[in-house]
Amino acid sequence: MSAVPVAPLASLDELWFQVSGTLCNLKCEHCFISCSPTNDSFGYLSLDRVMQLLEESIAQGVKEYYFTGGEPFLNRDLVPMVEQVLQVGAVTVLTNGTVLKTDWLKRLRAVDQSSRYSLEFRVSIDGPTPEMNDPIRGERSFERAMQGVSLMCEYNFLPIITMTRTWDEADDEQILGQFREVLKQHGYARPRLKVLPRLKIGAEAQRTAGYNQFERITPQMMEGFDVSQLLCNHSRVATDKGIYVCPILIDSPAARLGETLQESQVDFPLVDGACYTCYQYGSICANPSSKKMEA
Amino acid sequence: MRTKIACFGGIYNNYLAFEAAIEDARLRGAEQLYCLGDLGAFGPYPDRVFPLLIDNNIQTVQGNYDHSIGNALEDCQCGYTDPRDNYFAAISYEYTLENTATKNRDWMKELPVEIRFSWQGKRFLLCHGSPRKTNEFLWESTTSTAFLERLTDDYDADIILATHTGLHWHRELKDDRHFINVGVLGRPENDGTTHVWYTLLTLQSDEQQGVSVDIEFVPVEYDHQRLAREMESENIPQEFIETIRTGWWTTCLEVLPIKERRAGKY
Ligand code: SF4
Ligand code: SF4
Ligand SMILES: [Fe+2]
Repeated sequence: MSAVPVAPLASLDELWFQVSGTLCNLKCEHCFISCSPTNDSFGYLSLDRVMQLLEESIAQGVKEYYFTGGEPFLNRDLVPMVEQVLQVGAVTVLTNGTVLKTDWLKRLRAVDQSSRYSLEFRVSIDGPTPEMNDPIRGERSFERAMQGVSLMCEYNFLPIITMTRTWDEADDEQILGQFREVLKQHGYARPRLKVLPRLKIGAEAQRTAGYNQFERITPQMMEGFDVSQLLCNHSRVATDKGIYVCPILIDSPAARLGETLQESQVDFPLVDGACYTCYQYGSICANPSSKKMEA
Repeated sequence: MRTKIACFGGIYNNYLAFEAAIEDARLRGAEQLYCLGDLGAFGPYPDRVFPLLIDNNIQTVQGNYDHSIGNALEDCQCGYTDPRDNYFAAISYEYTLENTATKNRDWMKELPVEIRFSWQGKRFLLCHGSPRKTNEFLWESTTSTAFLERLTDDYDADIILATHTGLHWHRELKDDRHFINVGVLGRPENDGTTHVWYTLLTLQSDEQQGVSVDIEFVPVEYDHQRLAREMESENIPQEFIETIRTGWWTTCLEVLPIKERRAGKY
């Protein structure tokens, strides 16, 4: 047993595209990669680059694709990217839901209907009321995101609403119940909801506190642990600055693994505090339908 | 040369549908019968499934449920993440565990996690969820063809058969390879109809054509009203009984990808 726990890449199942880098129209106080309208430490991925990676991913037998940012819809090529990738595999777009255009949804609905693969949206909203959501995600962001959700429902999408838990875990059920009601009032008849833990890095480390030194995965903790619970065991993320181990750690230089998917297939040392959260909560970034558990 | 093979997916205690499917497969000329695991859950009287398996000489793969019940684990390892889904899964798990005889539990414990055979050079691999993980969900709408090609390469198989998701589907791969989800006999497919499904393979080989594999998904009608009544008398939750009577899933919905979810009512 080595002194530092590592995650091997067992199988490249999910490929993430960081299509808008760290650029976002919002500036949430808990954003773990500190996105904002002005943070351009990571920039837009081009359609050409996505197509090139798509090609490489087919050779690797990738199972499904995720689009993230920042806010993916800020990338003007997002719709054509989704149209292309959805020919090859399922696509999930992680969005804040505040910049959607009817024309885009029309096109996305059309490609969704013609593809055998699922097109999922995940919309981040941090609670069932503006009072809970807006202090973290910005003024009027609740109202705008809910408009986005209603629009998606009009086009027959069933977005997964993801909430970052800024409350006590014991209150989950009550908050989920309340949110279900609110979503129904907004025209979402069978809401899908998912609660995510906070990642105490990036802006969130400033908002509350970062990880304590003891919040790290130890070699002992890895004994008998199902490492497939960790995203980095079966995913990689492509940014405009290269391939990184996971969408969470892109601010950490050590997380850059190479220029090609092939180069990125190396073991990764799990030394970050965020790894500790992944360890506790499992594949927090994956859709429920993709979850693999140890039998 | 020609032979027919029937593959049954999850039974979920639905011994009535299982009986009907065995009879149907025999009538259609199936010479060999296989079951891909998940014998328990959902329905009534778990012990009634085992004589059918044993008397009909059905070779059986161990599903996640069978591994759990066999070893009296804490839960079914179905891989649900939603609290409501887990709540209902726990009720049927507890019922099945309490009502499965020790000798049947011991029998399940020994089942293999995969079965392989060859026919005229075609390599078949029968597993529960996927060849690499018993409880992996491979949904039609989230599993790329490239990924399935990789599985057939990595696991040295021409035809991979699985179950676990509850929905049958088939993808043709290059070089005449196939991935097949055989469906389940335990509950209907969330489409508003009450029948359940199994898969019939017809294998043929001749000098000119080589080996061909014909894949047929077979719907099975059975006395679902009787099953529903028996579930009621065993105090199984109404939500499950509604599924048997209406053909719509009422639980375990949060693991579905959007395409599969949209097809249902809830
Ligand atoms: S949390 Fe999401 S919406 Fe908020 S700033 Fe970060 S990327 Fe943008
Ligand atoms: S943050 Fe999570 S996904 Fe990223 S390297 Fe650490 S454990 Fe893996
Ligand atoms: Fe199963």
